[in-house]
Amino acid sequence: MENFFSRYKNPLVLMAVLFIQVIALATQVKRLENPKSANTGGTRLIRVWTVTAFTPIERLFVSTGHFFRGTWHDYIDLHDVRKKNRELQDEVTRLHMEQIRLREDALQARRLQTLLEFKERFVVRTIPAQVIASSGTEQSHVITIDKGSHDGIRQDMAVITPDGIVGKVKDVFPLSSQVLLINDHDSGAGVILERSRLQGVLKGVGMGEVQVMYIMSDEKIDVGDLVVTSGGDRVYPKGMPVGKVSSVAPDRDNDPFLAIKLTTAADLNRLEEVLVVVKTAEETPAVSTGPTPTRAADIMSQRLPSVPKHDKPSADAPNGTVADPSSGKKKAASPGAGQKNAAGTDQKPAIVPHGPAASPTPTPKLDGAQVKKPNAATPPAAEPKGTPETKKPDNQE
Amino acid sequence: MNTTVSMTSREEIEVHRFSWFISIGIPVLAIFIQVFFRLSFIKILDLPLLVTIFFAVSRRRPIPGMITGALIGTLQDAWTGQPIGLYGIAKTMIGYLASSLGVKLDVENPGSRFLMTFGFYFVHRFIYLAIKLELVGGNEHWNWGYTLLSALCNGLLAVALFAVLDKFKQR
Repeated sequence: MENFFSRYKNPLVLMAVLFIQVIALATQVKRLENPKSANTGGTRLIRVWTVTAFTPIERLFVSTGHFFRGTWHDYIDLHDVRKKNRELQDEVTRLHMEQIRLREDALQARRLQTLLEFKERFVVRTIPAQVIASSGTEQSHVITIDKGSHDGIRQDMAVITPDGIVGKVKDVFPLSSQVLLINDHDSGAGVILERSRLQGVLKGVGMGEVQVMYIMSDEKIDVGDLVVTSGGDRVYPKGMPVGKVSSVAPDRDNDPFLAIKLTTAADLNRLEEVLVVVKTAEETPAVSTGPTPTRAADIMSQRLPSVPKHDKPSADAPNGTVADPSSGKKKAASPGAGQKNAAGTDQKPAIVPHGPAASPTPTPKLDGAQVKKPNAATPPAAEPKGTPETKKPDNQE
Repeated sequence: MNTTVSMTSREEIEVHRFSWFISIGIPVLAIFIQVFFRLSFIKILDLPLLVTIFFAVSRRRPIPGMITGALIGTLQDAWTGQPIGLYGIAKTMIGYLASSLGVKLDVENPGSRFLMTFGFYFVHRFIYLAIKLELVGGNEHWNWGYTLLSALCNGLLAVALFAVLDKFKQR
């Protein structure tokens, strides 16, 4: 017997080591079915120890790297800054105009949602976190962030960037957390195609690719279609960008369905900083009561470039009124006065010529306080559609 | 009387030792680079696997070889988010096989090192896949092109890396 053990010592030790590891693996797999105990499993201690031991070192590396990078970018490498600043200013102006239009659209949507008693989840609070590590293999797509349970991170919280969704928190440690990316095999998210409103499930399919599944093959999907979160998975807030359709083909593994591959909106290979959604609220969107809103079209018409005036307002025009150059009649000049009459019916918006001499109404500032929210009881106004750029005052034509 | 059939000379089957600092530091450094250097091409390499193979074939003793593989694999598992043991089991077996092979074959020249690493990469991937699909019940796809490319890259890197690590050997 002793001879047997000494002769087969190596294979026996191998079998013993493998046996221990398989048992440990089996214990974990069993526990994963019960999410409550998965967080407290004894075997996972090795993961906690390893990650906790490495995290301070990596934090030191990351912060040192950021220091040198920041010094270079903020103090040395400043050429083209003025040019970029000008371009950004132009971009801000353009986005400001777009924001006004979108705000009006959002208000209208909220009014309709209120009427339908529609419940919606809002992102209330996010925590910025830095990516400090990855899984280092193609077999799993997991990143480690530098925020953990001490910072209020919990399991299954959504992780996003301004570009789109990234993944969800899988494991939480005291100083760090592991995030399962949306391109991992084990991930899943409820998504919706923005144009066709078709709903599907987003899955990782290997090699870092993501695919929308369970959409029937007779549906019409185009390359370039936008995909956003549906909110049905109770993890990601609704309407977050997911990506664009990059290819559509019949799914060979799931016959009646399509294999819709996406290019993710967030660059999952170059994540530096992410936002963890730590608080969401589910409520019926509130529409504040107040006076008739200032229409985006009115504000924009006042911000458009001035044109040479041919008809000056008559000197005896009372304060607050201007002459209508097309008809010669006088109209109310206050913003929003042209939208509705007392009964709330729609009217053609008042077109106000620009310039201090022509417009007695001061140009409103473009902040939230100036753009008033409509009364919930007021039915939504049939607003003229079109982009700000296409709308011109009558006297400009 | 037991006779060991060996394709190596007496000198080539010499067992090498390493200092504690190197034995711990090199595997930790390999995992550190693998996990924290978030570069795309790093993912095609498996530095912990290369280190496992190197220590196993250098020591030429199966038990230390498999223990080294088990520890390196388990540490690597901690970062993957998957059940701990997938890489642990795969690298335990690689450690055992590599150290057993080290006794039989000449694993000191660059050609044999390339072929050995190339082969072990495939074996490692196969074991990993089998455990993941059969034991864990997870999803995984075998991509021939990617696996071949990875095996090739790891084989080439092994030739250079092993030459550097040879300097830390103690007789």
